[in-house]
Amino acid sequence: MTRALWTHLVKDLRIEWRSLDALISMLFFSGLVVVLFSIAFDPQGSFARQIAGGVLCVATMFASVSALNQAWAREIRHQVMDAQRMVPSPGAELYLAKVLANFFFVTVVQVALAPIFVVMYNLRIVGNGWLLALVLPLGTWALVCNGVFFAALSIRTRNRELLLSLILFPIFIPALLAMVQATNAILTGESDPTLWIKMLFGYDILFTTVSLLLFDVVFHAE
Amino acid sequence: MKKFAVVLYAAVTVALMIWGFYQAMYVAPNDAMQGEIFRIIYYHVPSATVAFSFFAINLVGSIGYLASRRQHVERALKFDAWALAGAEVGVVFCTVVLITGPIWGRRAWGIWWTWDARLTTTLVLWLIYVSYLLLRRFAAGPQMQTLAAVLGIFGAVDVPIVYMSNRWWRTQHPSPVFFSSSPGAGMAWSMARVLLWNMLAWFCWGVFILILRYFVERKCQQNAAAEAREALESND
Repeated sequence: MTRALWTHLVKDLRIEWRSLDALISMLFFSGLVVVLFSIAFDPQGSFARQIAGGVLCVATMFASVSALNQAWAREIRHQVMDAQRMVPSPGAELYLAKVLANFFFVTVVQVALAPIFVVMYNLRIVGNGWLLALVLPLGTWALVCNGVFFAALSIRTRNRELLLSLILFPIFIPALLAMVQATNAILTGESDPTLWIKMLFGYDILFTTVSLLLFDVVFHAE
Repeated sequence: MKKFAVVLYAAVTVALMIWGFYQAMYVAPNDAMQGEIFRIIYYHVPSATVAFSFFAINLVGSIGYLASRRQHVERALKFDAWALAGAEVGVVFCTVVLITGPIWGRRAWGIWWTWDARLTTTLVLWLIYVSYLLLRRFAAGPQMQTLAAVLGIFGAVDVPIVYMSNRWWRTQHPSPVFFSSSPGAGMAWSMARVLLWNMLAWFCWGVFILILRYFVERKCQQNAAAEAREALESND
């Protein structure tokens, strides 16, 4: 890990630690989505287990957009972003630091959300529960690595907060499908999640590589 | 001379489309299993082919723009115009596919829609390129072209993954009719002939619109450049 990446990462974590803006809004929002879904679908018994994976993933996805929107927006004040463009270190390090920071935030939200989720949906995990510790981070990484990239892309447009969701969600669809299928397979124990985990892994590698390669182009676009 | 070529091309295209319509409606035989509704294939499949090829043009244009935007500005602008034209006309043809598909599916399968590999891929493709066009609308200035080109590449990278993931998920759409080894594949020549005529006609029509859109975009770029130059000169 190089020094520029470390500096950016520590800075982002420190800002978040002092304000807790992203974490609180994400937690509250995802909690709301979980409550809304359980009111809308009245989940009980095996039905709860079938939809739980989807609800958890979609709640995370909606909630993370609020954090991703702030990821670059807070750099605009005092022309911090312009300063970052002039830094001689490659933009990929800045990008990676942002991804790591936001990955950490979303993971904290998921860990905090899990108990509420289990209680509200009366969940009993039938399959290999420990595999969730692999599926959720992989899915979160897919979401965050694309999200940070597209947030940087949409930051200089009109309607940027809306545009982020509009361009992120279509690209994220295959990862969402794999994440939901794998989570459902684990919760219900009815099928084997291996194929979906492999797919998430491939998606992560592919999109992280493309983002790292193209980030400088987007960051210095003018 | 140029005008004559355009008119000639348009006339040939319209003639081809009339010929294709005649073949599809009056000459081609009914399908043994599906009857009349089968004739929608003569619009559904050609539109899909055209849409997918134009999205490929968008990818080539996007990569070309990113590769040449520093050294060859003029060439980069041409690539960008091709990328825009490909995405826009592609979305129109993709919309036709998404409208004709459910109409056919309702009669052939009894359902309007199913989350099958090819249906989902087409829908996601449509969503991605609509978001591409939205980005072009919301972003301003020369940076928009760079941002759009990057999104074009992301969209193209996503398509094979969407397709594979849905294949593992579920598949209902019939397997490829041509170049397929599955049983029941292949088509009687009396139908394939009509399909090829219609494919040619719709391809000519698509290319005609594509080229028109390209030149309109080039004009827009030239006007923008001229305005920028005037603004610079009036400041002196």
